[in-house]
Amino acid sequence: MGTFFIIASLILIAVILLQIGKITELAGALRGEEDMQMRSNTFHAQFGMVFMIGFLVFVIVSFMYYKNSMLGYGPHTAASEHGVWIDNTFNVTMAVTGIVFFITHILLFWYAYKYRERTGHAATFYPHNNKLEMIWMGVPAIVMTFLVIGGLSVWNRTMGDVEEGMVVGEDYIEVEATGLQFQWILRHPGNDGKLGSRYYKNIDGVNPLGQIWSDEKNLDDIHPSELVLPVGVPVRVRIIANDVLHNFYLPHFRVKMDAVPGLPTYFVFTPTTTTDEYRQRLRDYPEWQQPIPDDEQGRQRWEAFEYELACAELCGKGHFSMKRIVKIVTPEEYSEWLAEQKSYYSTNIKGTEADTNEKEGVLSLEMPTEIEKEEVEVKDKELSKSI
Amino acid sequence: MASIDIIREEDLQHGHDDHHDDHHDDHHGGDKYQSGFISTYIFSTDHKTIAKQFLITGMFWAIIGALMSLVFRLQLGFPEENMLWLKPLLGKWITVADGVGTLSPDFYYALVTMHGTILVFFVLTAGLSGTFSNLLIPLQIGARDMASGFLNMLSYWFFFLAGAIMFASLFLSTGPFAGGWTAYPPLSALPQAMDGSGAGMTLWGVSLVFFVVSVLLGGMNYITTVLNLRTKGMTMWRLPLTIWAFLVTAILGLLSFPVLVSAIFLLIFDRSLGTSFFLSEIFIQGQALENVGGSPILYQHLFWFLGHPEVYIIIVPAFGIVSEVMSVHARKPIFGYKAMVLSILAIAILAFIVWAHHMFMSGVNPFIANIFVLFTLIIAVPSAVKVFNWIATLWGGNIRFNTAMLFSIGFVSLFISGGLTGIFLGNSAIDIQLHDTYFVVAHFHIVMGIAAFFGMFAGVYHWFPRMFGRFMNETLGKIHFWGTMIGAYAIFWPMHYLGMAGVPRRYYQFGNFDAFAHFTAMNQFITVAAIIVFALQMVMVINFFYSIFKGKEQKELNPYDANTLEWTAPINTGHGNWPGAIPHVHRWAYDYSKGGRNIPQTEPLADGEQDMGNDHH
Repeated sequence: MGTFFIIASLILIAVILLQIGKITELAGALRGEEDMQMRSNTFHAQFGMVFMIGFLVFVIVSFMYYKNSMLGYGPHTAASEHGVWIDNTFNVTMAVTGIVFFITHILLFWYAYKYRERTGHAATFYPHNNKLEMIWMGVPAIVMTFLVIGGLSVWNRTMGDVEEGMVVGEDYIEVEATGLQFQWILRHPGNDGKLGSRYYKNIDGVNPLGQIWSDEKNLDDIHPSELVLPVGVPVRVRIIANDVLHNFYLPHFRVKMDAVPGLPTYFVFTPTTTTDEYRQRLRDYPEWQQPIPDDEQGRQRWEAFEYELACAELCGKGHFSMKRIVKIVTPEEYSEWLAEQKSYYSTNIKGTEADTNEKEGVLSLEMPTEIEKEEVEVKDKELSKSI
Repeated sequence: MASIDIIREEDLQHGHDDHHDDHHDDHHGGDKYQSGFISTYIFSTDHKTIAKQFLITGMFWAIIGALMSLVFRLQLGFPEENMLWLKPLLGKWITVADGVGTLSPDFYYALVTMHGTILVFFVLTAGLSGTFSNLLIPLQIGARDMASGFLNMLSYWFFFLAGAIMFASLFLSTGPFAGGWTAYPPLSALPQAMDGSGAGMTLWGVSLVFFVVSVLLGGMNYITTVLNLRTKGMTMWRLPLTIWAFLVTAILGLLSFPVLVSAIFLLIFDRSLGTSFFLSEIFIQGQALENVGGSPILYQHLFWFLGHPEVYIIIVPAFGIVSEVMSVHARKPIFGYKAMVLSILAIAILAFIVWAHHMFMSGVNPFIANIFVLFTLIIAVPSAVKVFNWIATLWGGNIRFNTAMLFSIGFVSLFISGGLTGIFLGNSAIDIQLHDTYFVVAHFHIVMGIAAFFGMFAGVYHWFPRMFGRFMNETLGKIHFWGTMIGAYAIFWPMHYLGMAGVPRRYYQFGNFDAFAHFTAMNQFITVAAIIVFALQMVMVINFFYSIFKGKEQKELNPYDANTLEWTAPINTGHGNWPGAIPHVHRWAYDYSKGGRNIPQTEPLADGEQDMGNDHH
C-alpha cells in the first residue's frame, strides 16, 4: 500500500510538472514566441545576477562561519614545524585564487546580464584580440611560477629525510608505525634508540611485527598503545604496511604518507606544540567549551582534546576505525613515560617458545640487514630447529 | 590539410542529389543497411542511432550511480537512522539488530566504488563523449556516417557488454568490488582482504577491459572520420570546436586506455596466476604470502597514466560543447578560436605528464614531485585562457537565455570554482594535508563531475531537436538548470571546509575521531541537498522521454540560426544524413553577427571577404 502510494504520488508530480511545462508553451504560442523569449531572457539574466550575488555572499558567510576549520587559523594551526609552512602556502594560494574567483564570477554573470538578447540590441562581431589573449595567458603564467617555486621549496624542505650526520636516538627519535587491517601497531625503540630488524614471515599471533629476537636492538623495543613524543625533537616515523595499503595521517601535524607493503616509507617532522599547549589554545573557542556528552568527569571538549592518528588510504571495511592517540609531552614527561615502559620482548616473548634469542643481551649472531631477507629466512629456520 | 572529396561516390550510391528535401521520409526503406526493426533500432550502424543508444544507456547508468550516492550519503548524513526500509532493496547488506537496520560497511564501500566507476567510465566517458562524438562528428564535418559504421556499432555493444557485466556484479553474494574506483592493489589483488575483492573484482576487471575495447573502437573511428571524411572545403581550421574537442578526446583515449588494460591484466595475473607484479611481503589473515619483489606503486603509475588523461577525456568534450553552444546563443564568434584549439591541445599534451600528482603521498621518491607539480600547475595557464575566452565570448553578445545556454554559463562557473581548487591540490606541499580528504572530493566533483554533466546537459538540450525532431520543454529545463546549479554548489561547496578541517574521504562514519566528528549538521545538509538535486534530475529525465514523443515539434530546419552543417540536414534525417549531395564548406564555423547576420558555413565568401579560419594565408 505504501509503495503504491509513493508510486502514485510520483506519477502525479510528473504529470503536474509536464502540465506546467505545457502551459508555458501554450502561453508562448498565444503571446508570440519572440515576446516570450525576450521576457525569459531578462528574467534569467536577472536571476543570474541574483544567483551570483547570493553565491558570493554564501561563499563569504560560510567561509567566516567555518574559519575555525581553516588551515593556519586559530584552533586549526599546525602543531609541527613544517605544518606552519604548509598552512602559509595554503593561505597564499587561497588569497590568489580567491581574487580570481571573485573577479571571474562577477564578470561572467554581469556580462551575461548586460548582453542579454532584447529588442533592438545586436551582437558585436569580435572574433579575437591577440594582445588581450597574451595578457591573460601571461599573468596566470607568472602567478603560477611564484606558486610553484613557493610550494616546491616548502615541499623539498618538508619531505627530505633526516640530515646526514644526525644520530638516531640522540639528534632525532625514530619510531615505527605498522598499518594492518584494521589498526596501527606502534613501535618505540626503547632506551637504545634503535629499532630492531623484522621480517614479515616471522609474523604470528605473539609477534605481530615479525621482529627477529636474536637482534638485540629488538629486545628493548616497546609496543606502546599511544604514540608519545617529546616536543621540539625531530621524529622520523618509519611507515610500514603488513597487508594492504594504509596511510599514516596526523591531521594536526600535516603529516601524511602511504604505508606500502614491501616498501617502507618515512616521514620526518618536528612537533612544536604539546598536547597541553594545544588544549590551552582551544580553550578560547566557544565550540571547544561545549561540555562533552556523558563524560564522567564533566569536562569541556578542549580538556579532553587529543592528537589523533588516522588512516587515509582505503584499506578495507574497517578503514574508518584505525585510530591511535598521539601525545606530545615535555622532555621531562617523556623521560618519565619512557622509564615506565616495558619492552614487548620482556612482557610477551622472553622465556616463551617464541623466544629465539638464546642468550639475552648478547648478540650471538651477526644480524643480516633487512635487504638480505632470504638469508634471514634460512637462519630463522635454523634457529627454530635449534630450540 | 587536404580534405578528400567523397561526394561523387556518395552521390552515385544515393542517386538523387537534386532533390534536397524530397521524400527523405522513405529514405529509410531504401537503405540496404538498415531495413528491419532490429537493424534500425538495435544493431544499427547509423551514427545518430548509436549516439542515442549511448545517451540513453548513459542516462540509465547515471540514475543507478546517483541512487548509489544517495544511499551512502544517507549513511554519512544520518548514520544513526534506521535503514530498515532499504532492506527490501538491499537485502542482506542491511544488517538488523534490535529492529534497527544498518548499512553494512562492506556495502558502503561497494557503493562508493561502484558510484565512482559507473560515473567516470559509463556516464561521463561513454555517455558524454560517446553520445556527442557520434551525433556530431559526421553531421558537423559533412559526412554520411562514421568511417566504419560497423566498428561504431561494435563500440556501443562492447560498452553494453561491459555494463551488463558490471551490473551482474552488483548481485554477487560477496558484493561488487569495494576497494575504490582506482582499485589499488594489494586490496584489489587479494580476495582475502575484502569481500568485494573476490568475484566482484574479477567482474570489475573483465567489465573494464570490454569497456576499453569499446572506447578504442569508438576512438579509432572518430579520429579516422575527422581526418578523412571532412566535406569539401572543411579544413581543420574551419572545424567547429566541438569536433576539435572530440578529436583530441579520442586521441587521449587511444593513447591512455590501453595502459589501463595492461594494469588490469597484471592485476589479474597477480590474482590468478601467482605472479608478484604488485605484491610484496604481505601478511594477511594469519598467513604470510610468498610474493616478494612486486610494487603496489607500479600499479598506481599504470592506473594514473590512464587516470589523469581520463579526467580530460571527460571534460574536453564538455569544453567543445560549451564553446559551440555559447557561441550560437550569444550570436558571437567564439572568442579566440585558435587559442581555444591550442589550449585544448596544450591541455591534452600536459595530460600525459602530470599523472603522478595523484601519488604525491604514495611513497614515491619526493624528488619527482618537483617535475609533476611544475607541469600540473602549468595546466592552469591554458585553462585560464579558456575561461577568459568564454567570458569574452559573452561580452558584446546578444545572449538568448535558453536552457542550453544557461548550462553553458553554469559550466564556466563550475569550471572556475573547481579549477581553482586544483591549484591547491596540484601543489604537493598543500597536498600533504589535503590529499584524500573531502577537499579532493569537492574539487573533482565540481570540476569534472558536475561541470562535465553541465556540458552534457547543454548538449542534450541544444541538439535534442537534431536527435528527435522536437524540442525539450524549456520551462522544465530552466527549473532543472537553476535547481541543479544551486543544488550542486550546496552539495559540494561545504565539502571544501570538511577537507580543510582534515576529514578524510572514504570514511564509513566519522564518530571514531574527535577531529572529524563535529560536522554532523553539514553532513546532513549535504545529504538533503543531494536528495533534492537527484529529484531535479528526474525532472530532466521525464522531460527527455516526454519530449521525444510529445515535445514541441521542430518546424524550421535551422532553429537557432546556427552556422554549422548539422542544421542543413533534414529534420529526422535518415541514414546517410543528407538525401542529396553533401554540402560544401566555404568558411569557418563562427561567422556570427558578421555584418549583422549569421553566415552559415555553406555560404561562399563574398568578394574580398577574409575567412577567419584561414586568415593567416
